[in-house]
Amino acid sequence: MAVASPATTTMNNVEAVRQTLHQALASDPNVVILGEDVGARGNVFLITKGFIEEFGAERIIDTPLAEASIVGVAVGMAMEGLRPIAEIQFADFIYPAFNQIVGEAAKTRYRSAGDYTCPLVIRTPYGGGVRGALSHSVSIEALFYHVPGLKILAPSFPADIKGLLTAAIEDPDPVLFLEHKKTYRLVKGPVPTGHFSIPIGKADVKREGTHLSVVSYGLYVHQALEAAEKLAAEGLSVEVIDLRSIRPMDRTTILASVKKTRKLLIIHEDNKFGGIGAEISAMVVEDAFFDLDAPIKRLCGPDVPAMGYALPLEEEFMISTTRMADTMREMIAF
Amino acid sequence: MATTITMPQLGETVTEGTVAQWLKKVGDSVEKYESFVEVSTDKVNAEVPAPVSGIIRELIVKEGETVPTGAPIAIIDEVGAATAAPQSAPRPATVQPAEVPPFQPPPRASQPALDAREVLLRREADRQGADEPVPGHSFAPSNGSSRNGNGHLNAPDILRRVSPAVRRLAREHSVDLTGIRGTGTSGRITANDILAAAGREGPAAVAAATIMLEPAAQAKAAAAAASPPRPPGAKPSYAAAAPGDLIPLTQARKIIAQRMLESKRTAPHAWTMVEVDVTKLWALRSAEKEKFQREKGYSLTLLPFFVYAVVQSLRAFPLMNARFTDEGIAVNKEISIGLAVALESNLIVPVIRNADEYSIGGLAVAAGKLIEKARSGKLGADDLSGGTFTVNNTGANGSILSAPIINGGQAGIVTMEAVVKRPIVTADDAIAVRSMMNVCLSLDHRVVDGAIASGFLVDLKKRLEAMARGATVL
Repeated sequence: MAVASPATTTMNNVEAVRQTLHQALASDPNVVILGEDVGARGNVFLITKGFIEEFGAERIIDTPLAEASIVGVAVGMAMEGLRPIAEIQFADFIYPAFNQIVGEAAKTRYRSAGDYTCPLVIRTPYGGGVRGALSHSVSIEALFYHVPGLKILAPSFPADIKGLLTAAIEDPDPVLFLEHKKTYRLVKGPVPTGHFSIPIGKADVKREGTHLSVVSYGLYVHQALEAAEKLAAEGLSVEVIDLRSIRPMDRTTILASVKKTRKLLIIHEDNKFGGIGAEISAMVVEDAFFDLDAPIKRLCGPDVPAMGYALPLEEEFMISTTRMADTMREMIAF
Repeated sequence: MATTITMPQLGETVTEGTVAQWLKKVGDSVEKYESFVEVSTDKVNAEVPAPVSGIIRELIVKEGETVPTGAPIAIIDEVGAATAAPQSAPRPATVQPAEVPPFQPPPRASQPALDAREVLLRREADRQGADEPVPGHSFAPSNGSSRNGNGHLNAPDILRRVSPAVRRLAREHSVDLTGIRGTGTSGRITANDILAAAGREGPAAVAAATIMLEPAAQAKAAAAAASPPRPPGAKPSYAAAAPGDLIPLTQARKIIAQRMLESKRTAPHAWTMVEVDVTKLWALRSAEKEKFQREKGYSLTLLPFFVYAVVQSLRAFPLMNARFTDEGIAVNKEISIGLAVALESNLIVPVIRNADEYSIGGLAVAAGKLIEKARSGKLGADDLSGGTFTVNNTGANGSILSAPIINGGQAGIVTMEAVVKRPIVTADDAIAVRSMMNVCLSLDHRVVDGAIASGFLVDLKKRLEAMARGATVL
C-alpha cells in the first residue's frame, strides 16, 4: 500500500468505487457522471444508487444507448473545464466509442499543443468468470494500451481502487479505468476513509518472494496470491506483483523483482497474442536478459473470439488457481 | 556400418588439434549433431558434433593428446544400419532411421566452427518444425530425439542450453559449467547451482518442487535474497567492491600504483587549461559519423580529431614532445600518442605509433582497433610501448575538468573534457549557445615552462576551432 492513512473502513470493491465517486462529487462541483442507467437506476451494480437524488440530474446524467455519444460529449465537457466520469456499462460495449477515446481524448493535449487537456475518466466493468457470455465478459485493455496519451488502470483491491480512481479523476488527461466485475463483491479490504490518492504508474508487490516473480492484475492477482499461499506451504516462495496501472507500466518494480527471482510468469485474462504480457515479456528480455534463468511464461486467455456461455467453455477460458499453482511449481523446479 | 571420425580443421591456419575432453565414452550412444568431443587448438576451442547417430566404438585419441587435422580420433557404429558391426553395447530403444546420410565434411574447411553452429541451429529448427519440444524452451518433458535411454536430456544438450543468468553467473564466479551437476528439470543447470558451486547460497535455493526447505532455511534464504551478503567463498573484487573489503592487488594495479607514484614524485607537475569552442567540429563529426561507421566499421568520435590536432601542435612545439633526462632534454623524433583506456578494474594506455602519419579517418580506425583490443585483453607489447605524449578522454566519463598525471618519460598529457552547451559572448559581443570543451594539460615543468605549454595549448585550441565542414578532410 502506498500511504498508510489513520482511519480505514472495510468494504468491497463496489463500495470503494461508490465512496470514491461520492467524495469526488461532493468535493468538486465540476465532477459529473454520465452513462447508461447511472441515474434513476443507480447503475446496474448499484454503484451510483441515490446519486441522482443527492446531486441532481444535471450532474448525474442518464444517456441514450450510444457509447460514441457518451464519450464524445464527455470529451467536450472535459475540454471545457468539467471533470466528467463517463461510464460504459460493460466493457463489451466500448467499441462504438473507440474513435472518441483513441482519436479524440488521447490526442487532445498533443493536437492543441497543450492548450487543451482532456481530464476525462472512463469507467467500465470488464472481465469474465461470471457466466456473462459473449457480451459481458470481455477484456479490452490490449485494444487500448497501444495508444500513447491514454492511461489505463485496472486495480482490484478496494484501497487501490479508491486511491487510483481518485488519482484518475484528478489527472489532467484521459484515463480508462477498468473494474473487474467478478471482484466487485468478492473482494473486501480496508480503505482509507478520507481523501486518498495513489500515484498512477506504480505496481504493488502484494506478496514478496524469492523463487519466482508473478505479474498480474485484476481478478487473477487474487488467484495468484491464493496459489502463492498454497506453494508457501510447500516451501516455495512466490513474489506476486499487482500491476494496477497497465499504462504507464512500472518497469522498475518488475525489473527489480525479476533480477531477484530470475524467473517471470505473467498471468492475465485477456488473450495472449499481442496482450499486456507480450509487452512485459519484451521489456524484461530487453532490460534483464542476463538475469533470466528460465524462459518467461505467460498464462493468458485463449485466442478465441469470445468467452462461451456454457460452463465448460467458460472454465476452459478462465485460468484456475490450480493451474496457476501448477505452472508456478514447474517454473520454480525448472 | 562404422564411421571413422577425424580431427576437424578449426581455422584455416590450424594444422593440428588437441582432444580437450571426450563428452562420451565407449559404449555411449550419440545422436547425429550432438557434441561428443571438445577440441582445442591455439586459436579456438570448440565442441564437435557427431556426424552420425550411433554407438561410440572406440576413442582413438586420449584426452590431452594432439594430432594433425584429418587424423582419425574415434569410431562410431551407426545405429540401424544393416551392416552394423556386432557390438556388445546395448542399443537404445529409440533408433534413428537407417537412411541417415554419411557425414559430409563441411565444404569450407576454413570455418568448421561456424558450420557446427549452423548445424545446431538447423537441428533446433528441425525440431521445432516437427513440433517437438526443444529442451530449455519448454517445461513439458521432452520425448524427442534428445533423450537418452534413461529419459533424461543428454548432458551436452543441457550444457549448451544454459540460461542467460547461468552463463553470466558462471562467468562472474569463474565456475566451470562442465563440472556442475544440474538440479533443475531433466538435470538442467540452474542459476542456483552456479551459486552453490561458487559457495554461495542463492535466493532461489530450491532444486525442484520435490525438494523442500525447512521453514527456517526458507526464511534464511529469503533474508539472503533481500540483502545478499558477500558469499563466503567469493573473493572481494574490484568490479564488485563492498564496504569493509580488502581487495587483493592485481599485477596491473601494482604497476599502476608504482608508475603513478614515480611520475608524481619525479616530475614536478604544472597544470593549465583552455576552453575550446567545438560547435563546428561537433557539426562536422555529426555530419560524417554515419557514413564513416558504414564505410569503415568504426565509430567516428571526437577523439581522432583531437589526436590529429594534438599531433599538429606537437609538431609546432617539439619541446612538448620531449622527455627529461639527466643528460638533457631529449626531443623525440617520433610522435606517438598514448590513449588512456579505462577497463573494468584498471587503466591501460595503448599507443598509436607514428601518429603523424595518419589522417583523421586513419586515426579513428587505429584508435578503434586499439580500444577494441584493449577491451578484449588482446593488446601486445608493441601496442603498449613507445608513447611520446598522452591523450586522455576524461570527458567520456562526464568530467569537465581534470588534473591528469603525466605518463612517465613524457613531457605532458592532455585531456579532452565533456562537451557542454554554454552561453558564450562571441567576438561581436553577441551571446550565443556554443558547444564548449575544456582541454587540460599537465606538464613536466622540468622540460618546459608555462609559456611554451600555454603556447601549445592555444595552438591546439585554434586547430580544433578551425575544424569544420568544408574546411577539414577526414
